[in-house]
Amino acid sequence: MVDEREPASGDPHRRGRRTAEELLPADELVQLLDADGVRHEHPRYTAEVGDDALRELYRWMNVVRAVDRESIHLQRQGQLGVYASGLGQEAAQVGSASALADADWVFPSYRELGVGMVRGVDPVRLLHLNRGTWLADHDPHEHGFAPPSIPIGTQALHAVGFALGALFDGAPIVAVTYLGDGATSEGDTHEALTFAGVMGAPVVFFVQNNQYAISVPVEEQTAAPTLAHKGVGYGIPAVRVDGNDVLGTYAVTREAVDRARAGEGPTLIEAVTYRREAHTTSDDADRYRPREEVEAAEARDPILRMARYLRANDLLDDAAEREVQDAAARLAGEVRARLYDAPHGDPRELFSHVYVDPTGHFEEQAALLERELGERGQAPR
Amino acid sequence: MSTSAPPTSEVSTLTLREAHRQGLRNALLRDERVFLLGEDIGAYGGCFAVTMGLLGEFGHERIRDTPLSEVAIAGAAIGAAMNGMRPIAELMTCNFSLLALDQIVNNAATMLHMSGGQFNVPVVFRTTAGGGRQLAAQHSHSFEPTFAHVPGIRVLAVATHEDARGVLQPALDDPDPVVLFEYPRIMTLEAECPDEPAVVDLTSAAIRRPGNDVTLVTYGVTLYTVLQAAKILEEEGVDAEVIDLRSLRPLDDATVLASVARTHRAVVVEEAWRTLGVGAEVASRITEEAFYELDAPVARIGCAEVPLPYAKQLEDAAIPQAAQIVAAAHRVLHHG
Repeated sequence: MVDEREPASGDPHRRGRRTAEELLPADELVQLLDADGVRHEHPRYTAEVGDDALRELYRWMNVVRAVDRESIHLQRQGQLGVYASGLGQEAAQVGSASALADADWVFPSYRELGVGMVRGVDPVRLLHLNRGTWLADHDPHEHGFAPPSIPIGTQALHAVGFALGALFDGAPIVAVTYLGDGATSEGDTHEALTFAGVMGAPVVFFVQNNQYAISVPVEEQTAAPTLAHKGVGYGIPAVRVDGNDVLGTYAVTREAVDRARAGEGPTLIEAVTYRREAHTTSDDADRYRPREEVEAAEARDPILRMARYLRANDLLDDAAEREVQDAAARLAGEVRARLYDAPHGDPRELFSHVYVDPTGHFEEQAALLERELGERGQAPR
Repeated sequence: MSTSAPPTSEVSTLTLREAHRQGLRNALLRDERVFLLGEDIGAYGGCFAVTMGLLGEFGHERIRDTPLSEVAIAGAAIGAAMNGMRPIAELMTCNFSLLALDQIVNNAATMLHMSGGQFNVPVVFRTTAGGGRQLAAQHSHSFEPTFAHVPGIRVLAVATHEDARGVLQPALDDPDPVVLFEYPRIMTLEAECPDEPAVVDLTSAAIRRPGNDVTLVTYGVTLYTVLQAAKILEEEGVDAEVIDLRSLRPLDDATVLASVARTHRAVVVEEAWRTLGVGAEVASRITEEAFYELDAPVARIGCAEVPLPYAKQLEDAAIPQAAQIVAAAHRVLHHG
């Protein structure tokens, strides 16, 4: 039921407000594909995905995992400085990203390799960030994929502002921001949800609850019943989905994006998943969580369940599986070849991207550096 | 009935508040991508009444009252700018702008760098600084130096009617984030203004009073105290040059250095705290670049290094006053 009260200010962007009952998320996770690969019907969410698209979701999850694994190897060999793995989160990333339109925009954190790849971003370009070569090497405009936000939660506000721009333009563009469970404690996230709710901005807040913010478990992150329940406080409908279920994440994201596009405002999605690697390659997860917990998460593996489902429905056989694995390995190998010993930047790039329109003193620094490099015998490239 | 043409006026008297408002209005008229967001800027007309009347003319979409969150105002402005809009974000006072510091310093100022040059953030942040109105320590501080410390943004102190009207257009045209400081203490100050606003250079200092005996360097609201001091000095037969830095990042030290090369004496005045302030930077550059031009050490005056007090007598005692500036000018004039 929509609140009939007329907004006092007459602001055209104040959409109908929802009642508390409407906003309370269901206790049960949305799950269309269980850990055994059995498909379930849901009264509201249906993933209307054809056979080819099902195979495509499966292929993407495998490819993302292979590149993720390769990235860890590259870090171990000193080729990447640090890497934040998304192992175990492939369904959440691939499922949600597959539900977006080309014109939509993603405002990611630093763990969204899978989302980026589905958006068509060359993983090597994203991994240059991890190599310390340069920060964002991909073209954000081409892929609707903003530079990954390193501070926690700040990108949520950019998504809201971006969505406001879309409202101004009357453009059917949805901004989707990816957050972790830890980010839901940040002020920026709170304030982004507040703004989006009040303004009815076409934003989807996609929270991957991977159970840990570095070492702090989600139980210590919030006293809320679930992260989805936080939506009530902002007047934003929220849904909890099994984040290891690629069809479930696809379906809930698709609905949220469609609603946003239709002018029905923001949605908060909590995708419940598990980060099976450490926070980044810089920490040892054994110090803060038991191995058994990780093993239990492996049994809920998103790729395994999809394979079971596809095989049970004659959509995947050994030959097709081999093809998928070969393609994944090929891409991982290509990533390795292109990143390994890739040249580092010219020190002269130091001043390249601070101002679009640099001023006198700023340029003097560049001239000084040039002189110093000359004295050290480093000729311009 | 008279058939004579309506009187054509080439000059009108404006308060500084009206000058700011004209600047905003012109910007809104010129480009439909320009919109304002901030707290109480709509029906209320802004905490310092600068946006009064704009809601009626431009509507809720473009004069957008927001929930009470400085960080969200700044962050949403950044996001909107990334989508091609030209937002003007109002942060009621620079004390409150500290809540948005993460978005301004960690995000707006770094976006171009972090995106390898692919995303610039053409946002204009407007905020206010300075005391003198008994608003106490959490509404009156001067954080211009805090922002001017940060590469990736431009910082301007808007103290005159000409700048108030003219600064927004180049600030909006600038592809990088711009932080504008405005000054509540002088909002009711009146001046004759030509109907056609002047174009303001975002990078240069302005000589507000030419002189040959001593250079008085300042910015923001203190400009008027310094001009008052210059007048007192003039009565004493001292010809002071008054430089309004106006742009704090980049800092136009060429104008300062050229002046010091003529006067050989400098007093730097600001309402921000002295330690590590803009004045410290100016004094340091004079020492680095014009040491042998100096006939006396550079004198510096800033706010007393205390939270800006509430009580009038205490507040006045904390803020630079004309007599202090005159005394400092005497010191550098009679040095040795």
